[in-house]
Amino acid sequence: MNILEARNVSKAFGGIQALSTCSITVEQGKITGLIGPNGSGKTTLFNVITGYERVDAGEVHFNGRRITNSSPDKVFALGIGRTFQLTRIFPRLTVLENMHVAAQRNDLKGLISRWSSSHEQRRALELLDFVGITRLKDVPAANLSYGQKKLLEFAFILIAEPKVILLDEPAGGVNPTMINHIAARVRELNQQGVTFLIVEHNMEFVMKLCDTVNVMHRGTKIAEGPPEVVRENPDVLDAYLGG
Amino acid sequence: MRLLKIAGLLILLAFAIAFPLLFPNPAITTVAVFTLMFAAAATAWNIFSGYTGYIALGHAVFFGTGAYTLAIMCQDWHIPAGYAPFYLLPLVGLVAAIIAIPLGIIALRTRRHTFIVITIAFFFIFQLMAYNLRGLTNGSAGIELPIPTWSGDFYNDPFYYVTLAVLLLALVVSWWVRNSKYGLGLLAIRDDEDRALGLGVKTGPSKLTAFVISAFFVGILGGVYAYFIEVGIYPAVVFDPLYDIAIALMSFMGGIGTLSGPIIGALILEPTQQYFTLAYGENGWYLVVYGAMFLVIILLLPRGIVPTISERWARWQASRRNTPEEVVVAVASGSAVAASQETQPMVERNEGAKEVNL
Repeated sequence: MNILEARNVSKAFGGIQALSTCSITVEQGKITGLIGPNGSGKTTLFNVITGYERVDAGEVHFNGRRITNSSPDKVFALGIGRTFQLTRIFPRLTVLENMHVAAQRNDLKGLISRWSSSHEQRRALELLDFVGITRLKDVPAANLSYGQKKLLEFAFILIAEPKVILLDEPAGGVNPTMINHIAARVRELNQQGVTFLIVEHNMEFVMKLCDTVNVMHRGTKIAEGPPEVVRENPDVLDAYLGG
Repeated sequence: MRLLKIAGLLILLAFAIAFPLLFPNPAITTVAVFTLMFAAAATAWNIFSGYTGYIALGHAVFFGTGAYTLAIMCQDWHIPAGYAPFYLLPLVGLVAAIIAIPLGIIALRTRRHTFIVITIAFFFIFQLMAYNLRGLTNGSAGIELPIPTWSGDFYNDPFYYVTLAVLLLALVVSWWVRNSKYGLGLLAIRDDEDRALGLGVKTGPSKLTAFVISAFFVGILGGVYAYFIEVGIYPAVVFDPLYDIAIALMSFMGGIGTLSGPIIGALILEPTQQYFTLAYGENGWYLVVYGAMFLVIILLLPRGIVPTISERWARWQASRRNTPEEVVVAVASGSAVAASQETQPMVERNEGAKEVNL
């Protein structure tokens, strides 16, 4: 079953066609990879799905529901969490405060109460433990290293228990030990039933982790299949070699 | 430590309450009333601008609206002089808050510099309206308020306690906001608004609510001011661009986004300004001194007094214990603002072997 689906989405920025009738599907419970050369529209597709950009044409469906052009908070509330290529955390809040931002409850009681209710506090600490940065809970997030920020961003979207997680280059700019650490966490969550869509340039990471890989080029999907098959696809090789 | 803190606050509160008895000289209590007014206004301004990072430079709109609202109410409803005008203050604040709703909806569609410019524009629109809506405001002739019936040495005291009550209420609200999930959403907006929205923070309603809360208090203070000054109110006096800047400067000086910063800024700047006005008259010298003081503070404590001092205190405490990890943690808990870059190497150095090497 497809939990997330983009149907023929198009998006132009001025004269640049970032997405042109691009369709991809994400199967529930799977880890789907999204690769392609720089500028092929991967991040724009993420932005369109999560409500950060509006589509010019096409539709986005989630869990059998049309979510085209929904606002980012609605998309998140429905159960799609995402990370950003350049990590976006709240630098002046502590690590623990960062965790609580995503645990918004929109009833009055949730707003009036102190953010550190014991249940949420426990959950936040569990997740920090899960990614391995509990020690840093009271440190301003600005003081974290790049890799730690990635872990924090990953942890704080988990607090809302999203059904699908979109990761934008989780392995970009971090060392190999850290990449394995992140890959292990993704696999663990996936075993618990969380679906992933991952943009990544690190082929080893993608090949090891993903069940299916979609390849994008010039704003549209040019190939789809198991990693080892996609890797041999002549169109894909052309795209990467600048054909 | 916590007990010490509470005891300290209680002593401060007792001192604030006893102040007019300790210093009954009207010259001093007048300065005290003005100082409390600015402390309350800066605290209210900080609830919106300090926590969300949206710098509003038009809060004199609400101050002036509050002043005119009370004046017009007293005039039209024939409110007798005495304590009656004080009872109208919640209503005055409500009017300012209601006016803040459409202004907020419009201005908060923009961000950063554009937002600042729009709030300034609102200010000038309201000042112009105060001059020109003669039927309502009596134009540049101003409106007279009833003269309080009490007088003499006792004159300032009711104003002092009313203003103190407004300050305490604003402070409680500010404290609650700072420690609630709602306030956490505001702080997240300050750091990265789009990211906050993407994590389910209702950014639009959150910002507007904070804007309206701050307008409510500033409106009340406008009402208190109008009744206090005795000479009636005029467009140029209650819609004063210096007021817009003063409450922002006080907050910056004390530490924007902190609970006590705006009050400390007001406690320093307002008496200083009053002193120089008294000492050198209305010839503008006080403005020069005012500006010079501000420049010195920016030069020495660019993030404001409270964040800088609490960070230094935390670092000193930690250096006594002499463990780098605690420095980082102490700095983080001591200051709401990000610790300076100097602490960063300590985090890095502490990457233990048990952790993946980042």
